[in-house]
Amino acid sequence: MEQNIFHLQYAMDTFYFLVCGALVMWMAAGFAMLEAGLVRSKNTTEILTKNVALFAISCVMYLVVGYSIMYDGSLFLSGIEAVDEAAVLADFAAREDGFVGGSIYSGASDFFFQVVFVATAMSIVSGAVAERMKLWAFLAFAVVMTGFIYPMEGAWTWGGASVFGLYTLGDLGFSDFAGSGIVHMAGASAALAGVLLLGARKGKYTKDGKVNAIPGANMPMATLGTFILWMGWFGFNGGSVLKLGDIANANSVAMVFLNTNAAAAGGSIAALALSALLFKKADLTMALNGALAGLVAITAEPSTPTALEATLFGALGGILVVGSILALDKLKIDDPVGAISVHGVVGLLGLLLVPLTNDGASFSGQLIGAATIFVWVFVTSFIVWSILKAVIGIRVTEEQEYEGVDRSECGVEAYPEFVSNN
Amino acid sequence: MKLVTAIIKPFKLDDVREAISEVGVEGLTVTEVKGFGRQKGHTELYRGAEYQVDFLPKVKLEIATSDENAERLVEVIAEAANTGKIGDGKIFVLDLAQAVRIRTGETDGEAI
Repeated sequence: MEQNIFHLQYAMDTFYFLVCGALVMWMAAGFAMLEAGLVRSKNTTEILTKNVALFAISCVMYLVVGYSIMYDGSLFLSGIEAVDEAAVLADFAAREDGFVGGSIYSGASDFFFQVVFVATAMSIVSGAVAERMKLWAFLAFAVVMTGFIYPMEGAWTWGGASVFGLYTLGDLGFSDFAGSGIVHMAGASAALAGVLLLGARKGKYTKDGKVNAIPGANMPMATLGTFILWMGWFGFNGGSVLKLGDIANANSVAMVFLNTNAAAAGGSIAALALSALLFKKADLTMALNGALAGLVAITAEPSTPTALEATLFGALGGILVVGSILALDKLKIDDPVGAISVHGVVGLLGLLLVPLTNDGASFSGQLIGAATIFVWVFVTSFIVWSILKAVIGIRVTEEQEYEGVDRSECGVEAYPEFVSNN
Repeated sequence: MKLVTAIIKPFKLDDVREAISEVGVEGLTVTEVKGFGRQKGHTELYRGAEYQVDFLPKVKLEIATSDENAERLVEVIAEAANTGKIGDGKIFVLDLAQAVRIRTGETDGEAI
């Protein structure tokens, strides 16, 4: 009888992991729609190509080397399919706290859940460098980012490895539940390095310091993308509980869903209200960025805050993201979709909020962890982008930028008109 | 013959179409156009940065009519397209040298 229950618990937790992984996979669609909505129509096909290609590259690179670097596994996932049933049942029986003990699930489901996080980190980069970067330079960067840069910092954090033998973040009180820092800030750090080397879109900033608006082409698409991300985030944070199969963990999962939703709502309201105060108009794109900022802010610790705290944390993220977007424009750092603000600046906020509700984390640990992730990802990304810039170039020509990268990089427009077959 | 060209506010198109059919107009050509007049453009706001929309969308109507009908037609269009607010548009009347109905080869008065 007991063995049957172990079978069921294994099945339930594996199933939960897989469903959450599928939800996170769907976030790729969210990023694709959000970014396609916030660029100009002449750059739509290229941003969609980037999104689908980076997702596929992330999956392959993480399968080939990434997972083995991050969790000390084997190359090409060899052996992941071999599960010794008797050994698994023995692991269950040997758990000290019995049925409510640690989660045991299929190794393949663990890979599936982890791989979609890599793709999420990489998706963050594509929006920030949109409308002016060469497609193949971006995809070359994706290979290094998802096969090496991300898995290294992932190993130091979730993987539990020491940072070049110097210190171990877990021992210092670093805690990042679902990846405000490990996934979101890491993606934004790589994006920032790229944007600094790439420069702003032509016409975005004038010599006299004026910031020109370059309105996105499709607000319905951007809104749909945000809602898809909001939905996928339940898998992102909910799955990170790692276990569903007992009362305490089921409650924790429910709380994580509740808090994730509350933070997104808080973030959206705060950003909308602040933009209305500042600009005297209700700015939709700020409300969208605000919802995502709320989600990023709660991601580092969605299980311990109360519902009210989660809403307030989200609202804090929503306010910070509006300020950050305006500040980056003042610094002439051109980020068409606000990715660096949403995922980087608010990702850091998320990490720093953790010790407020989780005694297991410390401010010093969070700061050291954030600094470790940022320095590693920013510096290695800067080096890779620089090499790409020197060897193949990372920016399209001024004429190609004016014509739109759809034509120069993909040869097809998203909305072709006046097509003649003669 | 005259060619009456009217630039009007897009939402007034249905009203104008209805009004001119009552004075016997049996055909017209409509084009979506952009331009500016005294109304100028307006500013919009995106992520905290203002931008200028210099050219506003309008609808251009082209109607060929007989000399005696032209005056009445202009009156009817002007009445139907009027909102009293800036940006209502303009009407131009030009002399029309020739007209041909392609299907039958009819010309001038019979072709319009």
